[in-house]
Amino acid sequence: MFIRMLRGTLLRQWKKMLMIAFTIALGASLASAMLSVMLDVGDKVNQELKTYGANITVVPKASSVLTDLYDVEDENGTGAYLREDELGKIKTIFWAFNIVDYSPFVSTQVTLPDGSEAKITGSWFNHHMELPTGETLDAGIGSMRSWWEITDGTWLDEQNAAQENSAMIGTTLAERLGVKAGDTLRLEGSASALDLHIVGVYDAGGDEDEQLFAPLNTVQTLADLDGKIDSIEVSALTTPDNELAERAAKDPSSLTVAQYEIWYCTAYASSICYQIQEVITDSVAAPVRQVADSEGAILEKTQLLMILITILSLIGAALGICNLVTASVMERSGEIGLMKAIGAQNGSVSGLVLTEIFITAIFGGVIGFLAGFGFAQIIGHTVFGSAVTLKPMVIPITAVLVVLVTLAGSIPAIRMLLRLRPAEVLHGGH
Amino acid sequence: MSLLELKHIYKIYGELHALDDVSLKVEKGEWVSIMGPSGSGKSTMMNIIGCMDKPSKGEVLLDGVDIAKESAKNLTAIRRDKIGLIFQQFHLVNYLTAVENVMLAQYYHSLPDEKEALEALDRVGLADRANHLPSQLSGGEQQRVCVARALINYPEIILADEPTGNLDEANEEIVVDLFHKLHDEGTTLIVVTHDPEVAEVAQRTLVLRNGRLHKEIVNQNFTGKIHFEDMESFRKEEKGNA
Ligand SMILES: Nc1ncnc2c1ncn2[C@@H]1O[C@H](COP(=O)(O)OP(=O)(O)O)[C@@H](O)[C@H]1O
Ligand SMILES: [Mg+2]
Repeated sequence: MFIRMLRGTLLRQWKKMLMIAFTIALGASLASAMLSVMLDVGDKVNQELKTYGANITVVPKASSVLTDLYDVEDENGTGAYLREDELGKIKTIFWAFNIVDYSPFVSTQVTLPDGSEAKITGSWFNHHMELPTGETLDAGIGSMRSWWEITDGTWLDEQNAAQENSAMIGTTLAERLGVKAGDTLRLEGSASALDLHIVGVYDAGGDEDEQLFAPLNTVQTLADLDGKIDSIEVSALTTPDNELAERAAKDPSSLTVAQYEIWYCTAYASSICYQIQEVITDSVAAPVRQVADSEGAILEKTQLLMILITILSLIGAALGICNLVTASVMERSGEIGLMKAIGAQNGSVSGLVLTEIFITAIFGGVIGFLAGFGFAQIIGHTVFGSAVTLKPMVIPITAVLVVLVTLAGSIPAIRMLLRLRPAEVLHGGH
Repeated sequence: MSLLELKHIYKIYGELHALDDVSLKVEKGEWVSIMGPSGSGKSTMMNIIGCMDKPSKGEVLLDGVDIAKESAKNLTAIRRDKIGLIFQQFHLVNYLTAVENVMLAQYYHSLPDEKEALEALDRVGLADRANHLPSQLSGGEQQRVCVARALINYPEIILADEPTGNLDEANEEIVVDLFHKLHDEGTTLIVVTHDPEVAEVAQRTLVLRNGRLHKEIVNQNFTGKIHFEDMESFRKEEKGNA
């Protein structure tokens, strides 16, 4: 009897049921796609993020040791510096092609016209390099600080001779001094004083907003540090570390010759660091910890976004189901009233309606799951360039989500069904 | 003890007294008609007797049990076990065949039994229409399926609210005839009707007006058997008409 009634309602309301199945399929497909991607692609996202903007800093060995020992920021120094004339060598290492950008830094304290002190850092802005390979590279903070927002004026152009004695100033400092682009600022360094033309005001969103940036030579002149630099930031394409890379990073001499070869010839951050150390005298190159952290943060945010999409799509599905099921129950109120009138208890009527919806839900869920898996492949290929493997965990999670969403979507209809009084529907408005 | 006894029943909707101090007794095996103008409270009273509604005030004793005090769940059970309902609009499930509609009542009562359901259809003269859908049946035939469904679980009372309201005269007679049969078999019948011809064949007619019992007419000429003996010939006639 139950089966006959089920079949009857399913066949008679097939359009509505198809809509419910479709809604569930939509929700399930998004949920399973996001889950598949999330579970499988965690690594892939990581890999993707590591490939770009992986950063290495190079500092003098002496200051590095000091920093390591005392865990203090080495500001002006121990007198240990790297050599500017060796900078070009970075593009001669084995993994030169993986070095997409780099820039030297040298900082000093200067006295401002109002008597206060500020930090000025010398660097490359758009330093033009002719490489031995015949290639050219415009390196510097112009590209490595791409997130800076220029609030006034322009970026400093190193290639422009007219901008020789120029500098850029951070927003916080500019505001304090009342300086804007086009002004001239007299700075007194430890060695000499210079009148610098401010070409631009930048907003870096951090400590750098309280200082100035100028071409390398300018700062070297101010502090009498000709040919000396404090540090180098390198942007390199790297391969995600594996166990070999981790071991090598601790101590390359622990590797066998063959392992060493593999490691040296793979673009691990650690092998690139090692090779930089080989060409820059008395230097220590290390991956920047902070960047690794922000990669993790981006991964987390990406996952959060996926979870949000999943939750929203499921809420959408629940609302859709809610509408459709309520409409279906309303359409059948006469029939439901009759069942109650001839002795059906609430439980058996809700049981019938729920069974009906769940059969539909299973149908929709399976289709949605398959579609979602296909969808995940598309995401995998277009976004991460690789297939997404099916994690078995996705199946039960999707199933549970479908059940929960279907139940949640059916609650209002079931409540309506429970409240429905046979007397009201059967006598056709008295 | 009477099978059914209403004691000072009120049903109040805001200002409106749909039932206003109604008391009555119905004995086992009795056939009672209820008449009255539209809006006089007939359906309201039937709903209360049929355990589908509760009075605002008063006692409703069915087999000595005050159903006004029962929970919704128990009312459903009492309705299922003791009451057979027949409606003006038939209310058949339109995707189930005639016999399945009868079996539905068995299903919610105990167990569906196709053989018994077919017997019930036979009693209302529809054995050969058992596998038709309601849409393939005439109004009279649909109402007869309703009667079969109402009597399938051997209820103590059959409540019919304007059972002939949607039927032509010929089908009206068939249904009235079925009531005679049921009455002969000892079933208690309460039939709401607008039609004096349907009302006057009962033993008693109660007239409601404005929710009050206006008068009671006892049928002195009640004979019992006045039903058509040959259902088959009548159905042929009906077919001829259609
Ligand atoms: N659920 C309800 N809410 C408000 N008024 C109702 C309700 N049900 C019935 N009534 C009113 O009660 C009165 C009696 O109705 P009813 O018993 O259906 O009359 P009838 O004798 O025509 O069957 C009518 O005036 C009707 O409008
Ligand atoms: Mg009525």
